[in-house]
Amino acid sequence: MGLSRRDFLKTAAGSGLALASNLNPAPVLARELVPRLPDALGILYDATLCIGCKACMAACKKYNHLPPELSTPNSLWDDPLDLSAKTVNIIKLYKNGTGLAKDQEINGFSFVRRFCMHCVDPSCVSACPVSALTKDPKSGLVRYNKDNCIGCRYCQVACPYNIPKFQWDQAFPQIVKCQLCDHLIAKGGYSACCEFCPTGASIFGNVQDLRKEARRRLSLKPGEFADYPLQRVDSQHTTRRQVTPYLNHVFGEREGGGTQVLMLANVPFDKLGLPLLPPESQASQSETLYHTLYKGMIVPYVVLGGLFYLIYKNTTGHDLP
Amino acid sequence: MTEFDISTGNKTVSKAALAAAQARSLHEWRPVGGNLVTKPFLVLAALALVGVILMLYRYASGLGAVTNLSDGYPWGIWITYDVLVGTALGCGGYAVAILVYAFNRWEYHPVVRSAVLTSVFGYSLAGLAIFLDIGRYWNGYKLFLPWTVNFNSVLVEVALCIGAYVVVLWIELLPTLMERYPGNARAVATRQRLERWLPVIAAVGILLPTMHQSSLGTLMIIAGHKLSPLWQTHLLPFFFLLSAITMGFAVTAFESILSSLAFKRPFETPMLGRLSVCMAWLTLVYLVIRFADLLLRQAPVFTSGFLSVMFIVENLLYLVPVLLLVSPGLRQDLRFLFLAAVSMLLAGSLYRFDAFLIGYNPWPGWHYFPAPAEIMITLGIVAIELMAYLYFVKRFPVLPAEHA
Repeated sequence: MGLSRRDFLKTAAGSGLALASNLNPAPVLARELVPRLPDALGILYDATLCIGCKACMAACKKYNHLPPELSTPNSLWDDPLDLSAKTVNIIKLYKNGTGLAKDQEINGFSFVRRFCMHCVDPSCVSACPVSALTKDPKSGLVRYNKDNCIGCRYCQVACPYNIPKFQWDQAFPQIVKCQLCDHLIAKGGYSACCEFCPTGASIFGNVQDLRKEARRRLSLKPGEFADYPLQRVDSQHTTRRQVTPYLNHVFGEREGGGTQVLMLANVPFDKLGLPLLPPESQASQSETLYHTLYKGMIVPYVVLGGLFYLIYKNTTGHDLP
Repeated sequence: MTEFDISTGNKTVSKAALAAAQARSLHEWRPVGGNLVTKPFLVLAALALVGVILMLYRYASGLGAVTNLSDGYPWGIWITYDVLVGTALGCGGYAVAILVYAFNRWEYHPVVRSAVLTSVFGYSLAGLAIFLDIGRYWNGYKLFLPWTVNFNSVLVEVALCIGAYVVVLWIELLPTLMERYPGNARAVATRQRLERWLPVIAAVGILLPTMHQSSLGTLMIIAGHKLSPLWQTHLLPFFFLLSAITMGFAVTAFESILSSLAFKRPFETPMLGRLSVCMAWLTLVYLVIRFADLLLRQAPVFTSGFLSVMFIVENLLYLVPVLLLVSPGLRQDLRFLFLAAVSMLLAGSLYRFDAFLIGYNPWPGWHYFPAPAEIMITLGIVAIELMAYLYFVKRFPVLPAEHA
């Protein structure tokens, strides 16, 4: 017994050392933060320009062949209450007090558009066990492939914005989410929501251009007149309007490792229903911990070897009654 | 007292040696015998039937028809109870194997078989629950294709590892099954071969639960802000692993006491006392690290409302076995051993519910409580598990033989 215990301690210490040596240089092993892709595509949504007409919602349903959600008693209009497997883009309203002043936190209101943020380092892609959710290596768009999906819904657990939706009423269900109209982009077009936005509240484009445009808007002085591009960030069509105040925050520049959808507003984003995320993505937190434990399967093999050695000694060294 | 004789590596085993092995084994384990179809068995069968009918309905009409799952709470009791708690309750085989094979404590060998048996059913039916829960089950094979599997996904580790462990558990159970047919030459030969492979099987059988029980905790890291800081920590894998081992000890004691009562057999009090002390020490380690982590992160332990209540209940349940088992006198009292085991099982189960459902809040406005049909399916699975257990202990040499 004594001998075996000593052997056990020896093996345990050996495994422990191997484990420790693997854990120790944690910052070196930590998965690098994902950089933004140079040709990444995205959308800039500016709540101060949004008039809540929901043209983007109608266009989204039409071009993505999604069914209406009839939530009113007379079932006349497509009137979804939240994102769902039938609605991947929605305009919501924030209201406070009298709710009279546009884009004001107190006694005001603000629109906010919710759809997939197309994260720089998406949790759903990290979580998906079968690569049904992937990030395009060029455009960075986060796409869903039903042919791989096993319907485990870990993407729903992982997404900090609760974007992927599941067809709960189907015997053969799918995950449904915004893919930024990649089927239109493939044919030289762009996201339907931006094409049909009448005020330039949603504009499509290269994420670097969108970031510059967002920064330009934040540098404008409230009260002066400025040009705002319509539909696309590189568009020749612009609209001239009086600048209203902005919160000095481009949502999506850093949140959760950054997103390819950027947002501007004058009401704090947590009031608009967006989570305040740390700059490190959840995917990198999870993968850093996971790959630290399983790097090259070294630790499991060392533990297995130690166990085998111990058990072999314990079983063969043991006398029969 | 070992069932396995590794040193006899020769292939042709004499009849006398075989008979001796058989007698030795019968000395250690014996079928309980008796009627299989009893009143409790019929009640279980009725529950199982209702469960199976509802399962068929789920496949015909989708998950929404039988569950209260939603886009906010995509995982419900099938994952939390059937998989998380179910496999932790199935950790008896794992926990006892660590003691017997790794720590060379052969005094616990008599309970190995019943512990492995509960593990076999706990894990096999968790596998069944996963197939009920995943929406696109026909794509399940994609997990095994190198060009689709995503090794960044914690769920891959969990799924492959649980799958592999179910196979290992059935292999571990095989000698028990083979022993029922002492006259069959092939059964005897298979047993002999398995016994030579014991060190490998036992080592893999300890490694795999260590991996996936910890990874079950790692699953929630990616949920980030959706999980309350009372549970969201980078130590999740460590807490899940340690509580799975303590639950493994608890379920072994719990099952031993209950089957002694049910089949009117003598209790294994002294051994269960020692087993429970191992459990209490590990629980103490768990609690110290758990609270050190909360302190370091300055988690809002008392200011999270309902979550604080659940947190306190959870940790009081953890404390019960520690307090009960520090005193040597109480350790010899079967009632306190039973109480400690039950408290430990509740603590570990509540911890799993807290970390996956109760402490999980995707965004204000979402709620989840399981639907009646959802609960009935889980009860059906538990009923199938218990029926299989009854069948095996009555027909196969699983429970320790009574010594006069």
